[in-house]
Amino acid sequence: MSDTKGLTRQQMCDRLAMEFGDGWVVNLGIGIPTLCSNYPFGDRAVVFHSENGVVGYGPLAAPGKEDLHLVNAGGQHVTMNPGSAIVHHADAFGMIRSGRIDVTVLGAYEVAENGDFANWKMAGQKGGGIGGAMDLAACARQVFVAMEQTTRRGAPRLVERCAIPVTARGVVDLVITNYGLFEITSDGMTLKEIAPGVSVDEVKATTGCNLIVPGDVPPVRLRG
Amino acid sequence: MPKSKIFSSFDAAVAGIPDNMTIGFGGFAVVGVPVNLYGALARQGAKSLTCVSNTTRGGATLPEDAPSMEWLIRNDQVKKVVCSFTAPTRASQRLVFTEYYESGRIEAELVPQGTLAERLRAAGAGVPAFYTPAAVGTELAEGRETRVFNGREYLLEHALPLDYAFIRAYQADAFGNLRFRRAQRNFNPLMAMAAKTTIVEVEEDILPTGAIDPDDVHLSGIFVHRLVKVPPAPEGWWPMRPAEIAARSAAR
Repeated sequence: MSDTKGLTRQQMCDRLAMEFGDGWVVNLGIGIPTLCSNYPFGDRAVVFHSENGVVGYGPLAAPGKEDLHLVNAGGQHVTMNPGSAIVHHADAFGMIRSGRIDVTVLGAYEVAENGDFANWKMAGQKGGGIGGAMDLAACARQVFVAMEQTTRRGAPRLVERCAIPVTARGVVDLVITNYGLFEITSDGMTLKEIAPGVSVDEVKATTGCNLIVPGDVPPVRLRG
Repeated sequence: MPKSKIFSSFDAAVAGIPDNMTIGFGGFAVVGVPVNLYGALARQGAKSLTCVSNTTRGGATLPEDAPSMEWLIRNDQVKKVVCSFTAPTRASQRLVFTEYYESGRIEAELVPQGTLAERLRAAGAGVPAFYTPAAVGTELAEGRETRVFNGREYLLEHALPLDYAFIRAYQADAFGNLRFRRAQRNFNPLMAMAAKTTIVEVEEDILPTGAIDPDDVHLSGIFVHRLVKVPPAPEGWWPMRPAEIAARSAAR
C-alpha cells in the first residue's frame, strides 16, 4: 500500500456503504469495493448483484463450508441470502444495462473532476482488464469509486483529465479515498468529508484538479 | 432413431475438430469451466483457433496444473482470443497469454463482459447486431458506428457466432437437456446457443431422456450435441476447495 495515512480500506468502504438505501441493488467491483459487504446494514435490505448471475449473495462462506458451484464476480466463495436467484450472464448484464443496479462501487486508477474515470488499462499496457466495468459504469444509476488518494509514487489519482484510457465518461458521483470523501457534480469536485488526521492542505496537495472546499469540512463518518 | 449424443470420453467428443475453428468456452472464475474439454482439445491439437471466453485462465480457484486455455496457447493452437480480460485480474497473477500477446504471436479482441454475453446471445437468438451503451466514449469505440436513441449514444455490436461451444453442466438427460447448479450457469447457455456444435462435460450421471422435469431444464437439448460424463478424480477434473488447491500447490 502506498500510503497508510487516513482511512483504512474497510473504513473507506464503510463510508460508501452508509449511502446504500433500503432495498437497493448493489454491484461491488473486485478489490477494495468488496469490503462494502462487510458493513452492518441493520434493518436496511441490500441486494448484492454479481455479474456472473448471482443475485442476492451473502457473506463469504466459512473455510471448509464453501459451495464449489457458488462464487461472486471476484471468484470468492459466497453464500446466498433468502430471496436469491440465479440467472445467466446475459440476464445479469441485462439487469445492469436496463438500470436495475442502484449503485456500483468500482476501483480506479484515476478519476477526473468531470466524472470520467479509468480502471481497465494502465499507461503503456497492451490489452487490459475490462470485465463488467464498462457496462456497470455506463448503466448503473450511480457510480461510486473507492481508491487510494495517490499512486505508489505519490502522484494524484484525482485529476483534471484522465491521462489513461477511460472506462466511461462523466459517470462518477462519489469517490472515497484514504484522505476523504469527494462528490462530483456539474460544478466540479467537492471535498465533502475529510479523514481523521489529514489536513485540508494535505488533501489539496495530493489532488491534481481544482477542488471545491467548503468553509467547514466535517470528518468522514465512521462505523459505530 | 437419431444418433446418441453420449460420448464415452472427452477425446472421442473432440476428435475431428478441424483447424481454424471459433470455439467458445463457458465458465466464470472456474465455476462451470470445461476443464476436461480444454485438456482433450490440447491433446487433439487443432490449430489456428479463435478462442472465446471471459478470460484466458480461470480465477484463483483453479489449481495451477489444471487444463485451461493456457494449455492451448502453449501448444501454439491459438490464433486469436476474444475476452473481457486480457490482463491479469490480480497484480500477482502471471498469464501465459501475456507473453504470446506481447510478442505478437496471438491476436486479441477485448470486449466488455456484458457485450460479450450479449454478442453470444444475439448469435443464439438470430439477431445479427445490436446497440449498447457500454464502451461509448472509450478507446474501444474509436472509429466505430454509434447511434443516438432517445438522446443517448449507443455503440453498434455484432453477434458472435461460434463453430463449437465447450461447456460444463450439472445434470443432463440423453437428449441433451441441461441443468446448471448455482453460479455454474454464467456464460454456458449463451455459448451453447451461439454454437453450431455444443460439447458438454456433465457432472452427474447422464439421465434417461425426460428424467429432468421440462420446467427445470435451463438449456434445451436442441442446442446440445455431445455429452461426456466427468469421471471421478483424478481421471476427471472437479472443482476443489481453496485449502485443497493450496495443499496441492505446496505438494508440487
